[in-house]
Amino acid sequence: MTHLSEETLILHYYGEENDTPAPEGTLAVERHLEECGECRALYGSLVRTLNMVDALPVPERGEDYGARVWERIEPGLPARRRWLGFTLPPLRWAAAGVALAGLLVAAFFAGRFYPGTRPTPAITAKAPDAQGPERILLVAVGDYLERSQMVLVELANTTAKGPVDISAEQERAGDLVAETRLYRQTAAHTGDTRIDSVLEELERVLVDIKNQPSRMTPRALEELRQRLEAEGIIFKIRVLGANVRSRETTAAERAGSKL
Amino acid sequence: MTDLAMVARVRAGDADAYRVLVERHSRTLFRLAYRMTGNEHDAEDVVQESFLRAYRQLGRFDERASFGTWLYRIAVNCSLDLVRARKRRGEITASADPEMDDPLSTAAAPDPAPDRMAMSGEVRERLSGAMNELSASERTAFVLRHFEGMRIEEVGRVLGCQPGAAKHSVFRAVQKLRRALEPLGSAR
Ligand SMILES: [Zn+2]
Repeated sequence: MTHLSEETLILHYYGEENDTPAPEGTLAVERHLEECGECRALYGSLVRTLNMVDALPVPERGEDYGARVWERIEPGLPARRRWLGFTLPPLRWAAAGVALAGLLVAAFFAGRFYPGTRPTPAITAKAPDAQGPERILLVAVGDYLERSQMVLVELANTTAKGPVDISAEQERAGDLVAETRLYRQTAAHTGDTRIDSVLEELERVLVDIKNQPSRMTPRALEELRQRLEAEGIIFKIRVLGANVRSRETTAAERAGSKL
Repeated sequence: MTDLAMVARVRAGDADAYRVLVERHSRTLFRLAYRMTGNEHDAEDVVQESFLRAYRQLGRFDERASFGTWLYRIAVNCSLDLVRARKRRGEITASADPEMDDPLSTAAAPDPAPDRMAMSGEVRERLSGAMNELSASERTAFVLRHFEGMRIEEVGRVLGCQPGAAKHSVFRAVQKLRRALEPLGSAR
């Protein structure tokens, strides 16, 4: 007698054995299980395991969780920024206010929000006056980092059998290159080499994406994915972004406590 | 108001309508993110990140689809990013290492009754340890099939892989989980 494979039994558990080219349909599996103690034991152990997986606890979030999530993300939504008087797209805004931006970016790019540098409480205690603009700028930098991360993540997660049109991602990468250069200049002014080196890496990747043919072969995509993984660039941006966000929250709380 | 009506209002420039969607879906998304990441802090990050991404990508949302499913997909991708990043950094939680347990002490223990097994802290430890050891694709495929009740073909679509690959991820995940409990005598 040919026994049922563990794979077939797993499909049987999920009621999917008929959707796959398995030789056994539901009835055949059930009949075999009735007759064969060995397969029945294996199936029983599968069912017990999966029942226990169901019993694994998941921490619950309270009724107000959605409201808390909203509070945290609301300042980061683009339309909110318009409401804060931030009507120009980031790039044009940056070009128009580059001198001001330089000063403000310098104020917080000075090695404060990268891991391993000075902790923030000392700065919080000082409570500088430029809270509003500082927060808007933090939101802009956070947004820029998130958009960069998104382009890279989307490309890294793309798998395909044939060529893929990446022209939309390239357009976004092109915009981000210009922004990266602006932020790099500022970081260089403040002498923050760690931030500058992350941004430099990011700029290189973005430029390469921009310069790819707009229809990328699966192989080129795979190479890009491996490169992103090897350099860990997505993670570095994520860490930088998380630190900007926590600075932003601090700035928002300060602004709130002042009102 | 339906999700789609709220989406239409957000698209028309009413950002406050998005609050309703956030409040409506946060807890479900958290459960998904927790199962995908196995960590409360990461799960909260994933929830926030997913709503931010969804907002920015709302222009690409196809109104014939379900907003919830679409949001799910974004959350799955966010979770994947995080789980992969964590694997790269080689982070493993203490409970994720079954070698830490003394195999002799567990083998020598008498087989407890199934009911007691379900309550046992050791079973929980082993299972969540085994969950943490699954590869990113195994864990994701398993969570979507087992907890979210997606058919394997659908899992493949969400993960952007062939149904065959999704199926094998589910197989490997279930096999690993079952084997993690074998030394406890529950898997016979
Ligand atoms: Zn058999």
